[in-house]
Amino acid sequence: MPVITYRQALNDALSEELTRDENVVIMGEEVAEYNGAYKITEGLWKKFGSKRVVDTPISEAGFIGLGVGAAMMGMRPVMELMFWSFAYVAFDQIINNAGCVRYMSGGLINLPLVIRGPANGGTNVGATHSHTPENFLANTPGLKVVCPATPYDAKGLMKTAIRDNDPVCFMENTLLYGDQGEVPEEEYLIPLGVADIKREGADVSLIGHGRAVITALNAAHRLAEEFDISAEVIDLRSIRPLDEETILDSVRKTHRAVLVDENKPFCGVSSQIATLIQEKAFDDLDAPVQRVCSLDAPAIYSPPVEALQLPTVDRIIQKVLAIS
Amino acid sequence: MLRIRRFEQASLKLYQQGKMGGFLHLYIGQESVAVGTCSLLGPNDHAITAYRDHGHALVVGMSMNECMAELLGKATGCSKGKGGSMHFFAPDKNYWGGHGIVAGQTPLGLGIAYALKYKGLKGCCLTYLGDGAVNQGVFHESLNLAALWNIPVVYVIENNQYSMGTSLARSSAIKACLAERAEAYAMDWDIVNGENLYEVRAKTFDAMERAREKCRPSILEIDTYRYYGHSVADANAKVYRKAEEIEFYKQNHDPIMLWEKRLKDEGVADDALIEKIDNEAKAEAAASVAFAEDSPFPELEDIFTDIYHEVDMGTEAGRTGRHFFND
Ligand SMILES: Cc1ncc(C[n+]2csc(CCOP(=O)(O)OP(=O)(O)O)c2C)c(N)n1
Repeated sequence: MPVITYRQALNDALSEELTRDENVVIMGEEVAEYNGAYKITEGLWKKFGSKRVVDTPISEAGFIGLGVGAAMMGMRPVMELMFWSFAYVAFDQIINNAGCVRYMSGGLINLPLVIRGPANGGTNVGATHSHTPENFLANTPGLKVVCPATPYDAKGLMKTAIRDNDPVCFMENTLLYGDQGEVPEEEYLIPLGVADIKREGADVSLIGHGRAVITALNAAHRLAEEFDISAEVIDLRSIRPLDEETILDSVRKTHRAVLVDENKPFCGVSSQIATLIQEKAFDDLDAPVQRVCSLDAPAIYSPPVEALQLPTVDRIIQKVLAIS
Repeated sequence: MLRIRRFEQASLKLYQQGKMGGFLHLYIGQESVAVGTCSLLGPNDHAITAYRDHGHALVVGMSMNECMAELLGKATGCSKGKGGSMHFFAPDKNYWGGHGIVAGQTPLGLGIAYALKYKGLKGCCLTYLGDGAVNQGVFHESLNLAALWNIPVVYVIENNQYSMGTSLARSSAIKACLAERAEAYAMDWDIVNGENLYEVRAKTFDAMERAREKCRPSILEIDTYRYYGHSVADANAKVYRKAEEIEFYKQNHDPIMLWEKRLKDEGVADDALIEKIDNEAKAEAAASVAFAEDSPFPELEDIFTDIYHEVDMGTEAGRTGRHFFND
């Protein structure tokens, strides 16, 4: 199987879907002539032209709203946010329009829209550029939220997201763009709402999404090497829909859960998973559910400190050891 | 126009009887705007508006029954009781709502028009907003995009002089003319006397043609007036405007009265015909009240439908993964 980067996997997915369906258009700041701020759309403008790959002015509310209107008319716009942090100026369009129109119309209107771009911290760009708004978005019934961790998942999930008839918030991670992984040449789709067991284990379940999965895998490796603890790593892949069964099955098997989450702890994604586990698998637990989240402060700039603000392998190991 | 007025008068009565929840933003006094503009919609033309949406809904051809039932939150309503007064939709009639956030619909109209252009359809989207909405940032982003990309959108500002209790003079830096903001984006604009139906239609037609033929967006500012409070629940309805002002408009500028007079002057209609039309409108409104009252409310389980397409369709993807929490 060819080995490609997460960035290339996304680029391939966009390119294939642009080819497959002429209702797909890509829009955003610098996506066309500049080839994308993070080069996810590299070469697409050249290949598909200005009608299909469109540079927008810096006006997130305006162009995301335009995408919502175009999706109401049956187009399948894929809108790039240069950073998910900038979604906040378009939140009215994302929450009130994309998230609610289908419901308020009694199901008369579908909204096949993808909003995508990099999220998360770790790149030393300060508080305003490092947000992880998946908890805000997943809090809105009507939106779907997808956070791939590997090149294989990025491609398969993106293709599904574009074909989905509901608005999908697709959250990539800047620090994963260069990661490499095997991606088949033949077409494949990954359904939303199906978690992936990235590593089988028997003693504890490490559960996360996005880059936290990679951190959890590194922790699992060390737990096995240094402490002889067998950790299972569950990659949620999508926050909404959520694959509750895979989470619960894993916890029922290992009887311990440590949630790893680059989201903030307060009302974050991990809060939801912890609630789920205590509601539906309480009797299976041998220890309280533990969480390793981003430290509850705005993202700090200082590079070595920011690295510690995010979930680290060491913090995961400490939590696991505390309940083992 | 009579249909809108009689429908809304009937709805007001229901509201006062406590049969309706939430807001009821009445359009009474502004009827000529929806009638004059929406009546020009051709097969490839579309319309979208804000929360004062009953008038447009009836003109594009929605039935009083489905609209009244929606007001009462009934399952037979146009949005199955999920939208309410502010959220009427009829995509089959190219009518896209019904939106509750001031100016939030302005980029949606742009997107609808963008899709028309993308698909090579000669049409346009009439996108309505109020005089208060012109001060929202997203409206200005929309204007910039419309002009920059030559999108066939027509922004129709229904200038009824008030945004809730705030008069134009207290809300807009450029007071004399709202449409003039188009100049900043090198867009065409015009001012329209809303009580003159011929003028509304002529100027709207020009703007729609500009959009359809040349993909040039426009702003039309249509002067109009509302008789009731911002919503029926508006506690200050009689505070921010003097009763004499409202009375003056009713006596001298009522669009229905003026239109009836014109039809009679031109020999198109007489009192008998107008009365017949009015009686039909009243009967239709009364029937819609009966229909709405007789209709069932949605079931509690209906809360969980119409949120995700694939869940409603019972697809494989809808069956895997949990879309709803704590169910
Ligand atoms: C973003 C936002 N802010 C405030 C409100 C509350 N609100 C609803 S309507 C309204 C007045 C809007 O006036 P205008 O745009 O002139 O429309 P009109 O009511 O005159 O039709 C306000 C302040 C809202 N719905 N959305």
